[in-house]
Amino acid sequence: MRTLSILTVVTLVTAYALAFFYAPMDAVEGLRQKIFYLHVPLALVALGGFVAGGVLAIQHLRTRDRKWDLRSYVAIHMALIFGIGTLVTGSIWARAAWGHWWLWDEPLLVSFLIVFLLYACYQPLRFAIEDPERQARYASVFAIVAGVFVPINFAAVRFAQEHTHPRTLSSSHNLPGPAWLAFFVALAGMVLLYVTLCRYEIAAKNVRFAMRRLRRRLGEDVVAGRSAAPQ
Amino acid sequence: MIATGLPNDDGYVVAAYLFFLALLLVYVVIMAVRLSRVERDLVELTRDE
Repeated sequence: MRTLSILTVVTLVTAYALAFFYAPMDAVEGLRQKIFYLHVPLALVALGGFVAGGVLAIQHLRTRDRKWDLRSYVAIHMALIFGIGTLVTGSIWARAAWGHWWLWDEPLLVSFLIVFLLYACYQPLRFAIEDPERQARYASVFAIVAGVFVPINFAAVRFAQEHTHPRTLSSSHNLPGPAWLAFFVALAGMVLLYVTLCRYEIAAKNVRFAMRRLRRRLGEDVVAGRSAAPQ
Repeated sequence: MIATGLPNDDGYVVAAYLFFLALLLVYVVIMAVRLSRVERDLVELTRDE
Protein backbone atom coordinates (compact mmCIF):
# COMPACT_ATOMS: atom_id res chain seq x y z
CA MET A 1 0.00 0.00 0.00
CA ARG A 2 2.95 2.29 0.68
CA THR A 3 4.26 1.80 -2.89
CA LEU A 4 0.81 2.57 -4.29
CA SER A 5 0.55 5.72 -2.16
CA ILE A 6 3.99 6.97 -3.28
CA LEU A 7 3.17 6.19 -6.92
CA THR A 8 -0.09 8.13 -6.59
CA VAL A 9 1.60 11.22 -5.15
CA VAL A 10 4.40 11.12 -7.75
CA THR A 11 1.94 10.70 -10.66
CA LEU A 12 -0.34 13.51 -9.46
CA VAL A 13 2.55 15.92 -8.84
CA THR A 14 4.00 15.09 -12.28
CA ALA A 15 0.58 15.53 -13.90
CA TYR A 16 -0.01 18.98 -12.47
CA ALA A 17 3.59 20.06 -13.13
CA LEU A 18 3.01 19.02 -16.78
CA ALA A 19 -0.36 20.79 -16.85
CA PHE A 20 1.03 24.10 -15.60
CA PHE A 21 4.57 24.15 -17.00
CA TYR A 22 4.54 21.91 -20.10
CA ALA A 23 1.06 22.00 -21.64
CA PRO A 24 0.57 25.15 -23.71
CA MET A 25 -1.77 27.91 -22.59
CA ASP A 26 -5.13 27.64 -24.36
CA ALA A 27 -5.53 30.43 -26.91
CA VAL A 28 -9.23 30.98 -26.15
CA GLU A 29 -9.65 29.93 -22.53
CA GLY A 30 -6.28 31.06 -21.16
CA LEU A 31 -5.34 30.03 -17.64
CA ARG A 32 -8.82 28.83 -16.66
CA GLN A 33 -8.40 25.89 -19.08
CA LYS A 34 -6.00 24.40 -16.46
CA ILE A 35 -9.10 23.39 -14.48
CA PHE A 36 -9.67 20.86 -17.30
CA TYR A 37 -6.76 18.72 -15.98
CA LEU A 38 -8.51 18.44 -12.62
CA HIS A 39 -12.20 18.47 -13.48
CA VAL A 40 -12.28 15.95 -16.36
CA PRO A 41 -10.17 13.23 -14.66
CA LEU A 42 -12.31 13.64 -11.52
CA ALA A 43 -15.49 13.21 -13.58
CA LEU A 44 -14.22 10.21 -15.54
CA VAL A 45 -12.97 8.46 -12.41
CA ALA A 46 -16.24 9.17 -10.56
CA LEU A 47 -18.30 7.68 -13.42
CA GLY A 48 -15.88 4.74 -13.70
CA GLY A 49 -16.17 4.21 -9.94
CA PHE A 50 -19.97 4.03 -10.16
CA VAL A 51 -19.71 1.41 -12.92
CA ALA A 52 -17.05 -0.48 -10.92
CA GLY A 53 -19.45 -0.52 -7.96
CA GLY A 54 -22.01 -2.26 -10.20
CA VAL A 55 -19.48 -4.83 -11.47
CA LEU A 56 -18.39 -5.64 -7.90
CA ALA A 57 -22.06 -5.94 -6.91
CA ILE A 58 -22.54 -8.57 -9.65
CA GLN A 59 -19.68 -10.50 -8.05
CA HIS A 60 -21.43 -10.21 -4.68
CA LEU A 61 -24.71 -11.57 -6.01
CA ARG A 62 -22.89 -14.39 -7.85
CA THR A 63 -20.74 -15.52 -4.94
CA ARG A 64 -22.70 -14.23 -1.91
CA ASP A 65 -19.32 -13.35 -0.47
CA ARG A 66 -19.61 -10.24 1.75
CA LYS A 67 -16.18 -8.96 0.73
CA TRP A 68 -17.60 -8.03 -2.69
CA ASP A 69 -20.40 -6.07 -1.04
CA LEU A 70 -17.78 -4.16 0.96
CA ARG A 71 -15.78 -3.46 -2.20
CA SER A 72 -18.89 -2.33 -4.09
CA TYR A 73 -19.88 -0.07 -1.17
CA VAL A 74 -16.42 1.49 -0.99
CA ALA A 75 -16.23 1.96 -4.80
CA ILE A 76 -19.54 3.87 -4.78
CA HIS A 77 -18.72 5.78 -1.59
CA MET A 78 -15.43 6.98 -3.06
CA ALA A 79 -17.00 7.76 -6.47
CA LEU A 80 -19.51 9.98 -4.65
CA ILE A 81 -16.64 11.95 -3.08
CA PHE A 82 -15.02 12.29 -6.52
CA GLY A 83 -18.47 13.32 -7.81
CA ILE A 84 -18.60 16.19 -5.30
CA GLY A 85 -15.16 17.25 -6.56
CA THR A 86 -16.42 17.10 -10.16
CA LEU A 87 -19.52 19.20 -9.46
CA VAL A 88 -17.67 21.89 -7.51
CA THR A 89 -14.66 22.21 -9.85
CA GLY A 90 -17.06 22.13 -12.83
CA SER A 91 -19.13 24.91 -11.31
CA ILE A 92 -16.03 27.02 -10.72
CA TRP A 93 -14.92 26.46 -14.33
CA ALA A 94 -18.41 27.26 -15.63
CA ARG A 95 -18.47 30.50 -13.68
CA ALA A 96 -15.05 31.47 -15.09
CA ALA A 97 -15.90 30.49 -18.69
CA TRP A 98 -19.60 31.22 -19.08
CA GLY A 99 -20.31 33.58 -16.20
CA HIS A 100 -22.75 31.12 -14.58
CA TRP A 101 -22.20 28.63 -11.76
CA TRP A 102 -24.67 26.23 -13.37
CA LEU A 103 -26.58 25.92 -16.67
CA TRP A 104 -29.82 23.95 -16.42
CA ASP A 105 -30.14 23.65 -20.23
CA GLU A 106 -26.76 21.93 -20.55
CA PRO A 107 -27.27 18.14 -20.93
CA LEU A 108 -23.86 17.06 -19.63
CA LEU A 109 -24.14 19.06 -16.41
CA VAL A 110 -27.70 18.02 -15.65
CA SER A 111 -27.07 14.36 -16.52
CA PHE A 112 -24.05 14.22 -14.20
CA LEU A 113 -26.15 15.78 -11.44
CA ILE A 114 -28.87 13.16 -12.02
CA VAL A 115 -26.30 10.33 -11.78
CA PHE A 116 -24.84 11.91 -8.63
CA LEU A 117 -28.25 12.30 -6.99
CA LEU A 118 -29.15 8.74 -7.95
CA TYR A 119 -26.08 7.45 -6.14
CA ALA A 120 -26.71 9.83 -3.24
CA CYS A 121 -29.71 7.54 -2.55
CA TYR A 122 -27.43 4.50 -2.20
CA GLN A 123 -26.36 5.15 1.41
CA PRO A 124 -29.88 6.06 2.69
CA LEU A 125 -31.15 2.88 0.98
CA ARG A 126 -28.59 0.80 2.85
CA PHE A 127 -29.32 2.59 6.11
CA ALA A 128 -33.05 1.95 5.71
CA ILE A 129 -32.54 -1.84 5.75
CA GLU A 130 -31.61 -3.23 9.15
CA ASP A 131 -30.91 -6.87 8.28
CA PRO A 132 -27.28 -6.94 6.98
CA GLU A 133 -27.96 -9.80 4.55
CA ARG A 134 -30.92 -8.05 2.93
CA GLN A 135 -29.10 -4.73 3.02
CA ALA A 136 -26.18 -6.19 1.05
CA ARG A 137 -28.49 -7.89 -1.47
CA TYR A 138 -30.70 -4.86 -2.14
CA ALA A 139 -27.68 -2.57 -2.32
CA SER A 140 -26.09 -4.85 -4.91
CA VAL A 141 -29.22 -4.80 -7.05
CA PHE A 142 -29.29 -1.00 -6.81
CA ALA A 143 -25.58 -0.77 -7.71
CA ILE A 144 -26.05 -2.99 -10.79
CA VAL A 145 -29.13 -1.15 -12.11
CA ALA A 146 -27.58 2.28 -11.47
CA GLY A 147 -24.26 1.09 -12.91
CA VAL A 148 -26.00 0.18 -16.19
CA PHE A 149 -27.68 3.59 -16.22
CA VAL A 150 -24.33 5.44 -16.13
CA PRO A 151 -22.99 4.50 -19.62
CA ILE A 152 -26.50 4.75 -21.15
CA ASN A 153 -26.84 8.23 -19.71
CA PHE A 154 -23.36 9.15 -20.94
CA ALA A 155 -24.14 7.92 -24.48
CA ALA A 156 -27.50 9.73 -24.57
CA VAL A 157 -25.84 13.00 -23.62
CA ARG A 158 -23.25 12.63 -26.37
CA PHE A 159 -26.04 12.41 -28.93
CA ALA A 160 -27.50 15.69 -27.69
CA GLN A 161 -27.48 18.24 -30.49
CA GLU A 162 -27.13 21.46 -28.57
CA HIS A 163 -24.54 21.92 -25.93
CA THR A 164 -22.27 24.54 -24.42
CA HIS A 165 -20.06 22.16 -22.46
CA PRO A 166 -17.19 20.86 -24.65
CA ARG A 167 -17.05 17.12 -25.42
CA THR A 168 -13.71 16.00 -24.06
CA LEU A 169 -13.11 12.65 -25.73
CA SER A 170 -14.18 13.52 -29.23
CA SER A 171 -12.30 14.01 -32.47
CA SER A 172 -13.54 17.59 -32.75
CA HIS A 173 -11.85 18.59 -29.50
CA ASN A 174 -8.32 19.03 -30.73
CA LEU A 175 -5.83 19.22 -27.92
CA PRO A 176 -2.15 19.61 -28.77
CA GLY A 177 0.18 16.69 -27.92
CA PRO A 178 1.65 18.14 -24.68
CA ALA A 179 -1.87 18.89 -23.40
CA TRP A 180 -2.98 15.30 -24.13
CA LEU A 181 0.11 14.00 -22.30
CA ALA A 182 -0.65 16.15 -19.24
CA PHE A 183 -4.31 15.05 -19.39
CA PHE A 184 -3.49 11.33 -19.55
CA VAL A 185 -0.96 11.57 -16.72
CA ALA A 186 -3.57 13.48 -14.65
CA LEU A 187 -6.15 10.78 -15.47
CA ALA A 188 -3.69 8.04 -14.45
CA GLY A 189 -2.95 9.95 -11.23
CA MET A 190 -6.64 10.31 -10.46
CA VAL A 191 -7.27 6.58 -11.10
CA LEU A 192 -4.35 5.78 -8.77
CA LEU A 193 -5.73 8.17 -6.13
CA TYR A 194 -9.14 6.50 -6.37
CA VAL A 195 -7.65 3.00 -6.04
CA THR A 196 -5.39 4.08 -3.14
CA LEU A 197 -8.22 5.71 -1.20
CA CYS A 198 -10.47 2.68 -1.82
CA ARG A 199 -7.77 0.36 -0.48
CA TYR A 200 -7.29 2.52 2.63
CA GLU A 201 -11.03 2.60 3.20
CA ILE A 202 -11.34 -1.19 2.82
CA ALA A 203 -8.35 -1.72 5.14
CA ALA A 204 -9.90 0.60 7.75
CA LYS A 205 -13.24 -1.25 7.56
CA ASN A 206 -11.51 -4.65 7.86
CA VAL A 207 -9.60 -3.48 10.94
CA ARG A 208 -12.89 -2.37 12.50
CA PHE A 209 -14.46 -5.78 11.77
CA ALA A 210 -11.39 -7.53 13.26
CA MET A 211 -11.64 -5.40 16.41
CA ARG A 212 -15.30 -6.27 16.78
CA ARG A 213 -14.52 -10.00 16.40
CA LEU A 214 -11.74 -9.69 18.96
CA ARG A 215 -14.10 -8.02 21.44
CA ARG A 216 -16.63 -10.81 20.95
CA ARG A 217 -13.91 -13.44 21.46
CA LEU A 218 -12.95 -11.72 24.70
CA GLY A 219 -16.53 -12.13 25.83
CA GLU A 220 -17.60 -8.53 25.50
CA ASP A 221 -21.16 -7.78 24.54
CA VAL A 222 -20.68 -6.02 21.20
CA VAL A 223 -23.77 -4.46 19.69
CA ALA A 224 -23.19 -3.34 16.11
CA GLY A 225 -25.22 -0.19 15.63
CA ARG A 226 -27.35 0.38 12.57
CA SER A 227 -25.13 1.45 9.71
CA ALA A 228 -25.17 2.07 5.99
CA ALA A 229 -21.76 0.44 5.73
CA PRO A 230 -21.49 -3.35 5.41
CA GLN A 231 -21.40 -4.98 8.87
CA MET B 1 -21.89 33.01 -23.96
CA ILE B 2 -18.62 34.37 -22.62
CA ALA B 3 -19.36 36.88 -19.91
CA THR B 4 -17.50 40.12 -19.55
CA GLY B 5 -16.41 41.89 -16.40
CA LEU B 6 -15.64 38.70 -14.51
CA PRO B 7 -12.87 38.58 -11.92
CA ASN B 8 -9.43 37.41 -12.99
CA ASP B 9 -9.26 33.73 -14.07
CA ASP B 10 -6.35 33.06 -11.70
CA GLY B 11 -8.69 33.12 -8.72
CA TYR B 12 -10.98 30.49 -10.23
CA VAL B 13 -8.06 28.16 -11.05
CA VAL B 14 -6.66 28.55 -7.53
CA ALA B 15 -10.14 27.98 -6.05
CA ALA B 16 -10.67 24.75 -8.05
CA TYR B 17 -7.31 23.28 -7.08
CA LEU B 18 -7.63 24.42 -3.45
CA PHE B 19 -11.06 22.80 -3.23
CA PHE B 20 -9.58 19.51 -4.45
CA LEU B 21 -6.78 19.75 -1.86
CA ALA B 22 -9.27 20.61 0.88
CA LEU B 23 -11.42 17.60 -0.08
CA LEU B 24 -8.37 15.34 0.20
CA LEU B 25 -7.38 16.96 3.49
CA VAL B 26 -10.84 16.42 5.00
CA TYR B 27 -10.68 12.75 3.97
CA VAL B 28 -7.20 12.35 5.53
CA VAL B 29 -8.42 13.99 8.78
CA ILE B 30 -11.43 11.63 8.91
CA MET B 31 -9.10 8.64 8.38
CA ALA B 32 -6.76 9.93 11.11
CA VAL B 33 -9.67 10.25 13.57
CA ARG B 34 -10.77 6.69 12.73
CA LEU B 35 -7.23 5.41 13.19
CA SER B 36 -6.90 7.08 16.59
CA ARG B 37 -10.22 5.48 17.62
CA VAL B 38 -8.93 2.03 16.60
CA GLU B 39 -5.67 2.68 18.48
CA ARG B 40 -7.64 3.66 21.60
CA ASP B 41 -9.75 0.49 21.31
CA LEU B 42 -6.63 -1.61 20.90
CA VAL B 43 -5.04 -0.08 24.01
CA GLU B 44 -8.26 -0.75 25.91
CA LEU B 45 -8.37 -4.38 24.75
CA THR B 46 -4.74 -5.09 25.64
CA ARG B 47 -5.32 -3.52 29.09
CA ASP B 48 -8.35 -5.82 29.60
CA GLU B 49 -6.25 -8.87 28.70
